[in-house]
Amino acid sequence: KAPGTTQGTPVTRMQVYRPPLVWQGIGDRRLKRHLRKGEKEREQASRTAARMELLRQEVVGGLEAEGMEQTRRFRQEEIAAAVPVATAAQYFNLCLDTFGPYSVDYSRNGRCLLLGGRKGHVAVVDWRSKKLTCEFHVHETLRDVQFLHNEMMFAAAQKRYLHVYDSTGMELHCLKQHLLINSLCFLPYHFLLVSASERGSLHYLDTSTGQLVAEHKVRLGPLRCIAQNPHNAAVHLGHVNGTVSLWTPNIKTAQVKMLCHRGPVMSVAIDKEGWSMVTAGMDALVKVWDVRTFKPLHSYRSPRPALALDVSQRGLLAASCGRLVQVWRGGLRGRSEAPYLQHSLSGDGSSLQFVPFEDCLGVGHSSGVSSLIVPGAGEPNFDALELNPFESKKQRREGEVKQLLEKIPAELITLDADDISKVEQG
Amino acid sequence: MKVKVLCRNPQDYLRQRTTDIHKVPRNLDPALHPLEGPREYVRALNATKLDRVFAKPFVGSLSGHTDGVYCMCKHPTKLSVLLSGSCDGEVRIWNLASRDCTWSFVGHEGFVRGLCMNQDGSLFVSVGEDKLIKQWRYPGAGESQEDYAPVATILGKSVYLGIDHHWSKPVFATCGDRVDVWDQSRSEPIRSFSWGVDSVGCLGFNPVEHNVLATCGSDRTVALYDVRTASPLRKVVLEMRSNSLAWNPTEAFNFTVANEDSNLYTFDMRRLDKALCVHSDHVMAVLGVDYSPTGREVVSGSFDKTLRIFRVDEGRCRDVYHTRRMQRIFCVRWSLDSAYVLSGSDETNIRLWKAEASRTLGKLSGREAVAREYTEKLKEKYKHHPQVRRIARHRHVPGMVYRAAKEKRLVTEAQRRKRRNIERHSKAGTVDEPSTKKKHIVSVVE
Repeated sequence: KAPGTTQGTPVTRMQVYRPPLVWQGIGDRRLKRHLRKGEKEREQASRTAARMELLRQEVVGGLEAEGMEQTRRFRQEEIAAAVPVATAAQYFNLCLDTFGPYSVDYSRNGRCLLLGGRKGHVAVVDWRSKKLTCEFHVHETLRDVQFLHNEMMFAAAQKRYLHVYDSTGMELHCLKQHLLINSLCFLPYHFLLVSASERGSLHYLDTSTGQLVAEHKVRLGPLRCIAQNPHNAAVHLGHVNGTVSLWTPNIKTAQVKMLCHRGPVMSVAIDKEGWSMVTAGMDALVKVWDVRTFKPLHSYRSPRPALALDVSQRGLLAASCGRLVQVWRGGLRGRSEAPYLQHSLSGDGSSLQFVPFEDCLGVGHSSGVSSLIVPGAGEPNFDALELNPFESKKQRREGEVKQLLEKIPAELITLDADDISKVEQG
Repeated sequence: MKVKVLCRNPQDYLRQRTTDIHKVPRNLDPALHPLEGPREYVRALNATKLDRVFAKPFVGSLSGHTDGVYCMCKHPTKLSVLLSGSCDGEVRIWNLASRDCTWSFVGHEGFVRGLCMNQDGSLFVSVGEDKLIKQWRYPGAGESQEDYAPVATILGKSVYLGIDHHWSKPVFATCGDRVDVWDQSRSEPIRSFSWGVDSVGCLGFNPVEHNVLATCGSDRTVALYDVRTASPLRKVVLEMRSNSLAWNPTEAFNFTVANEDSNLYTFDMRRLDKALCVHSDHVMAVLGVDYSPTGREVVSGSFDKTLRIFRVDEGRCRDVYHTRRMQRIFCVRWSLDSAYVLSGSDETNIRLWKAEASRTLGKLSGREAVAREYTEKLKEKYKHHPQVRRIARHRHVPGMVYRAAKEKRLVTEAQRRKRRNIERHSKAGTVDEPSTKKKHIVSVVE
């Protein structure tokens, strides 16, 4: 669709498919009447929800090539020149070549950027205004950084232990049970910090109570690559033998093991609705899998093994292969022939993440951090009761209390997210 | 190249002045709201727990009587007026809003067995142990209590046990050793019914079909009469005697009786061979029953010092109210705005309770009302989950009631198990277990 036209979320996205109820087997008239009434109410609710689309203010972005042009030939400088000044400022490069390859993480509402350099540099910065919230050095190896439920707290996987810091840079906790952590991941609705260690163990830490909910011995070698499925809160681990395993805190063994690549799996990413999983291996292939049926969909060749992958809110796939960052549009549901955008970094890319609700991609590499403009990546209309990029301090505090009250217990994590609404037959 | 990038104007998302409310744009797309099922479940669990935290149903008590409160009567048009008669013959008129007594007089020598009001609330009639029927004018403003006297007094031949007023005509019916139908202006009954019973304990006129009358007799029957005809309609014989009766105000043909065997039975008057529902949660005789004006729920007061609220189509109670100070409950009433429930008990007090224990009294703001509707729907959706059900069902009851209920449960379980064993080890079709709705009914007589 051409950019600037009526934004493309179809009405059918709102109406969740439900198989029609069969009235024949039910003898009880009261029950039949009750079910019919429920069906009518559901239909009316989905129609009202679909009508609310009129109230959406923003339109999804896009980039179109005219004539003989190809979108992947457009450079960031050209795109920045063609967009308004405020958005052009979203393209920037932070040259930080002293402290090694950087890990990036954005807070859940896309407001703050957390950088962690391999040699120990940590900074939290409001990336729009370039205002530094905190900056310090931990004087030891730093392998991964992760924001917790909001920008006020973050975790850093340092040389030996896991540390939790405040947004002012004050160290809050040093968690000695978590040894040699390679990568971190946070499940926001359960307040669980998932850490994968070099010794092959997976830890689930409840950050609201401080309790270690589960510790699984994976026994598949060192764990380097972790990703969460936002749809059902399962954790995907990529292993050195080319397999990807799926874990939940309540079961001691892997729920699913899939053989994905010949050679180690370098990176895993799952799209926001939990339909497809993207894996990148040392065999320089980027493969797309259907995560509900565990069947392969497509595979793409990348110039180098992709060390980092991310899928945006609108389904764009970004891969950093060496010094090249490639973004694919429409590459998950169907096969796309060529990348949508490409960018050359000044160093080898080590980590990347799409900014929530913005058409922006943050890439951490060996010479610092770059922020790239990717039109059409972000969800244009946010729901302020979920995540609000413009929240005030009071809204943030009240939101935090509500999140804590509605924290889902870790036992309810299953591969089928709707399990709790289902009824056993017989 | 054609390029469009997301560019939000902060002015569209931030409030202009600190006195404005915050802007909250919404997007109901399910992609932005993952894990909907578990999140709703946690909210339902929290809502159920908060329901129990805020469940404080007792509002206040009306004290002033010097003996047990035996009967109560609601004013048909004024919500704040209640009449009550006690075991020492005193009748009081209460203002429920200020919870004080506005009028009191000695009506009878002995128990005041029944009170009823006419359809516009200008006249009320009381019957007592002293075989008198007294008609009184509802006292207006400026009347003095010293020269308050009945408009008419009728002396009967035997003790009267109950009274009820017709819903449209100036006619009322009393019961004692037989059922008499009186006109307000006459001193002789216009009709008398007696169907082979030595005493009739209570009666009630149907609020929709005004000429239908139901009575409970001491021979364990519930009889139906039409006051226009001379002969009775039909009657059903139960296992034990019924103490009280109430008609459903919205469903013309349904009524509920409160029985000595600690159950309440809801019947359809057209089909008396099978109860519509058997409500069994009390542990001792049920003495009083009344319907909610919505016709969906029923309140019952029992000899076991508890008040229970049942839904008309469910066999277990929705809620139970009790206090250490409240002794045997003789009569119950549901206020006509369906928000409050009244209980008159043995220790001279009338207690006012909320019909829904955790409901906020008073007007809710718009947001509160929406939030309340949402939590009600959530609780209903997840009510079958074991954790939610456990918390929603949990009620504290007095020790005596708890022990008696436990014993009753053990006994019924044992009986059911034995019957099932007999059935399993007998030839198919020879042993037939009667359904609960039918087994308490002995016979139906036309």
